[in-house]
Amino acid sequence: MTLIRHELRQGRISFIIWTASIGFLLAVCVFLFPEMKGQMEDMGDMFSSMGSFSDAFGMDRLNFGTLMGFYAIECGNVLGLGGAFFASLCAAGILSKEEKDRTAEFLLTHPVNRARIVTGKLAAVYVQIAVMNLIIYGISVASIAAIGEDVPWKELNLLHLAYFLLQAELAGICFGISAFARRGGVSIGLGIAAGMYFLNLVANIAREAEFLKYITPFGYAEGADIVTEGHLDGKLAAIGLAFGAVGIAAAYGKYCRKDIR
Amino acid sequence: MDAIKIENLTKYYGKARGIREINLTVAKGEFFGFIGPNGAGKSTTIRTLLGLISPTSGRASVFGLDIVKDKQEILARTGYLPSEAVFYAGMRVREVLKLSANLREKDCGEEAGRLCEQLQLDTARKVEELSFGNRKKVGIVCALQHEPALLVLDEPTSGLDPLMQKAFFDILRERNRAGATVFLSSHILSEIQHNCTRAAIIREGEIIACDSVETLSKTTARRVSVRGTVVLEGLAGIRDREDSPGGVNFLYSGDMNLLLQRLAAGSVSDLSVSEPDLEEIFMHYYRKQVQLPKKEAEYDTDKT
Repeated sequence: MTLIRHELRQGRISFIIWTASIGFLLAVCVFLFPEMKGQMEDMGDMFSSMGSFSDAFGMDRLNFGTLMGFYAIECGNVLGLGGAFFASLCAAGILSKEEKDRTAEFLLTHPVNRARIVTGKLAAVYVQIAVMNLIIYGISVASIAAIGEDVPWKELNLLHLAYFLLQAELAGICFGISAFARRGGVSIGLGIAAGMYFLNLVANIAREAEFLKYITPFGYAEGADIVTEGHLDGKLAAIGLAFGAVGIAAAYGKYCRKDIR
Repeated sequence: MDAIKIENLTKYYGKARGIREINLTVAKGEFFGFIGPNGAGKSTTIRTLLGLISPTSGRASVFGLDIVKDKQEILARTGYLPSEAVFYAGMRVREVLKLSANLREKDCGEEAGRLCEQLQLDTARKVEELSFGNRKKVGIVCALQHEPALLVLDEPTSGLDPLMQKAFFDILRERNRAGATVFLSSHILSEIQHNCTRAAIIREGEIIACDSVETLSKTTARRVSVRGTVVLEGLAGIRDREDSPGGVNFLYSGDMNLLLQRLAAGSVSDLSVSEPDLEEIFMHYYRKQVQLPKKEAEYDTDKT
């Protein structure tokens, strides 16, 4: 518990900034909906017929004029991308920072075995991700209620579950990278999050690139698919979580044997 | 039981040499010095002992516990002061000390308070605001507050003012008298000479001498300083000769009678003959031209 508390304390400013930013942007998007609702009824056809651009963001399958269509696209991008960046940033630096900031000598010369250190740090990453998602979920529900719309519980829960799984997967992968990196883990993590997002855009645009959905977690967190089909693609989610699990296993394997310089 | 026993310990970083076939024993309760310049392998030896890096070959034990298998137990009984103490930014000194105690699952508040008072350490300050010397003090308290049986200190006095150095060595001697083993790595030879009972010298990853400090300091050679004029040409056993306008200074390991004859023949206004200090012994071991085994070297330590 000492290590988890320490890590949560170390990451609290980043956590507050990211949670507040995502929560604020998400609430702003929801509060814009009543204003845009009327206009969207006229513009819906235009948004869904912009060719590849519509395909890339799933606008060809969603109605911008409905709360869930609007939420899945606008809020989905805010939470999907913002959450992915936060999870990657948080996980990619958590092990490598000890060597980068030269605090590894302090930490690792205490009688705490390395597997416990890895577990403590991993728990701290997932606690932050889980708490951030709960806060964002609360803000989202409160914002929808505040604009007088009925909360579409099923779709909303599925979307938020998908974004949580996406973040969990990216965090697992980046946690693995963090164990190998001595410095620069954070940039790699952010690069992976951005790269995965663009892979999904490519998969949405080109039919021959659809296999990319098996690689990027944004594939199973695609708002258009979740809202139109009413469920998560379990196969894609399971593959994604397996990637995350491999990252975590690699982190244990590497960090427990790593020479600390 | 030995506090530290190192057998043929070798560490390579890829192809780069860290330490090679090191053998060393430190007895329980000993105040042991580990001498060598930067890059000689001192820190690699210490980091291997503490499990920060894995040995390439060989083995070592601390209080009979294997450094690879029993790392956690060894760390519980060890206090380590790194050469450069770095802590988590944003934390206050008291929070760092508490974190260290919590990681050891020990309540060290009373001892930490006593040490902070002795070292005049302000625990309310943030660690990033501290000078190098004050950060060192935080490291010292972290290393000592749990009253470990073994203290491993890597360049402990760098950044400390002379008064603090004295206070620090007073604490170390007190701990040593209470039974703690001290392993002091330093390139400040006076520290070793004044505090340690035994010492090892490491050069290019290999131990080149290990003996009591007294024996290491004993030598047949003498440092001779002459004011005046004297003809020394042709006299065997002269090293490190330095001529100055008013005299000459050299290390002499030849026949003392022959030297006295030369001095008597010259015009000498002042003369001093002294034992070389540990620093000169150390320099001797590090001299590039002296690649001979110890027994063949011109500047042998006198073990008789």
